[in-house]
Amino acid sequence: MEALKQELKESIIEQLNLEDFTPQDIEDNDALFGDGLGLDSIDALELIVMMDKDYGIKLTDPDQGREIFTSITVLADYIAQHRTK
Amino acid sequence: MSNKNYYISTYCSLQNGALFVNGKATLEMDRSLPFIVLAKTIYKETGINYPKFFKMDNLSKLAFLTAEFLLEHSALSEKDVQKMGIVLSNKSASLDTDRKHQESISDDKNYYPSPATFVYTLPNIGIGEISIRHQIKGENAFFVFNTFNAKGLFQYAASLLASKKSNHVLCGWVDVDKEEYKSYFYIVSKEGMYPHTEEVINQLYINNEWKP
Repeated sequence: MEALKQELKESIIEQLNLEDFTPQDIEDNDALFGDGLGLDSIDALELIVMMDKDYGIKLTDPDQGREIFTSITVLADYIAQHRTK
Repeated sequence: MSNKNYYISTYCSLQNGALFVNGKATLEMDRSLPFIVLAKTIYKETGINYPKFFKMDNLSKLAFLTAEFLLEHSALSEKDVQKMGIVLSNKSASLDTDRKHQESISDDKNYYPSPATFVYTLPNIGIGEISIRHQIKGENAFFVFNTFNAKGLFQYAASLLASKKSNHVLCGWVDVDKEEYKSYFYIVSKEGMYPHTEEVINQLYINNEWKP
């Protein structure tokens, strides 16, 4: 699980162009949206694409995305349970 | 053709690794640097703090940086800037980013278009980025011309000013296609150094200076 969390932090920084962040800057329970990393709605769409492309998980319900993208911990738990890649 | 009582108050260009403000080189770098590296270096070296910059495509980065230095050197108040009109133009529209989007959707078996790339497949997004950064709410337009068109820019800016929709207009050219890039922005106001004429607009674009 720790390896997956690290992988997610690196992917998020690279794919969302968070130039000023390193994986060490992101705590496992930091909020990804709002006051946390400050991600926006386009970032949310990028994360949905990343879930499909990297882990074979298709998210179609926006409310589901809101819950899953709460933090790295929540996201890693969901991926570990549902991944097909 | 001239626009009586209006002047070009400030102008700025970024090309061949150099940033010019009012004709003077204020930043000179290796002209062989890829634009993406050049843009990041300018951002870092000049102390700009706007993380959203890194999410922009190259066209928007060029527009953003040029506007940043233009407005920094202008005498306009914050209130004036927020009411300013914007009229920009280029030749390549958003082709540079359109190609990247095309690549991401060309393989049916690996079809993962990037939303962050897709939102930049319109050239006027650069105006949006400038407007968000500086809270500009004036009228704006983006034109795609075959070549730099001083007459088109002049007429549209003159119309905005004559209709009293804006007291100041940021005008210019911002073009990116692969490793080719060039920007040239200027502000038209009631006070300024150079007459607002097609001839002056052209001369500043071509020579980076005006010789009457």
